Amino acid sequence: MPKFPKDTAHLVRMAALFLAGLALFLIARVLLVPKDFHELGHFRTGALADNMARPIAFAGREACESCHPDIVDERKGSRHAAIGCEACHGALAKHADDPSRLKPVRPDAQKVCLTCHLEDVAKPKTFKQVNPQEHMGSAPCNACHKPHHPEMA
Amino acid sequence: MGIDRREFLAKTGKFILLTSAAAVAWDFLRAGRPEAAPNYKLQSHWWAFAIDIEKCIGCGNCVRACKTENDVPLEPYYFRTWVERYHVPNGNIEHPEVDSPNGGYDGFPVRYTPGDGSKNFFVPKLCNHCAHSPCTQVCPVGATFDSPDGVVLVDKTYCLGCRYCVQACPYGCRFIDPRTMTVDKCSLCYHRITKGLTTACCETCPTGARALGDLKNPKDPIHEFLRTHKIQVLKPQLATGAKAYYNGLDGSVR
Repeated sequence: MPKFPKDTAHLVRMAALFLAGLALFLIARVLLVPKDFHELGHFRTGALADNMARPIAFAGREACESCHPDIVDERKGSRHAAIGCEACHGALAKHADDPSRLKPVRPDAQKVCLTCHLEDVAKPKTFKQVNPQEHMGSAPCNACHKPHHPEMA
Repeated sequence: MGIDRREFLAKTGKFILLTSAAAVAWDFLRAGRPEAAPNYKLQSHWWAFAIDIEKCIGCGNCVRACKTENDVPLEPYYFRTWVERYHVPNGNIEHPEVDSPNGGYDGFPVRYTPGDGSKNFFVPKLCNHCAHSPCTQVCPVGATFDSPDGVVLVDKTYCLGCRYCVQACPYGCRFIDPRTMTVDKCSLCYHRITKGLTTACCETCPTGARALGDLKNPKDPIHEFLRTHKIQVLKPQLATGAKAYYNGLDGSVR
């Protein structure tokens, strides 16, 4: 044991303990922090890939239109032409992947139409709205309007 | 000392072998995963979002599509995006009445009558993907972060569920997923936009009230939108660098 000045042994012990703690921290840090952490910022680069990896549920209208050009023609020039197919028909990525596996069901026109067109004072004034009782009674919407081209002839 | 040369060499050899084996094992464990979208360049995008309140009809398509696409718990009612209905009586913008039944998931029941002197409109809300986001600044472990392409994302394997970010977000856009007890929020459909698709909410919005935009793409229609409309972000006084740009945002909207 080397000789320290009087009453300093406890300081040396503290310093040694502190250094040992620091060494332990540095070793743990090297071992536990993932290698790709802090490459692009304060996060794990792999988290970007994790977020990208999720499967899609909505195929997107380009996928729909690549197989259904007849519907594209049908909708041409109508006020509904700009609406995505899956806005009414629902999420159909599974159908787009394998059309035989999932057959889409025809949406209930009454319900789908009124989702948007039910009268409400908070809707923009220029948007077509109806009070179903006054407008058509109990008749279904598609008795007069074609959903893909709703304008009356 | 009771150690001869043979014993010393054997012990040293074992020590070196074990240490190097451990080092190789750790390297393997720490290695990051490869990119999931190989053709996507992080540096060439800066994502933003455009919302036109004058076009929103409160149909709730975006809320339903978001829940389907991102597996957001249906109940209790947590949301990555939701729609609020504002009722401002007699231009009193200090005291609007706001309702959002189930976040607009089932649409809005008719509640206000026309001609009562009030102003009524819908406001879709989602994560503002702030450039200086308060939520990422408070995360103690780096589980939520601003991606280099301008999206605020969550690393679910890293999140502790401490809820600091839930409290830090001034827009209320975060929640704790009750199944995993980790935080969840709008990821701007990162799995879609990195594959060239638009977000699920934009895909299903029937009036074009919502649009995803890439500010680094000079041909993106968002530039035209920002140029030709009077644009505002939510809570601009907080200087969060919010990138959800609203047209027709009323002073009553909080």
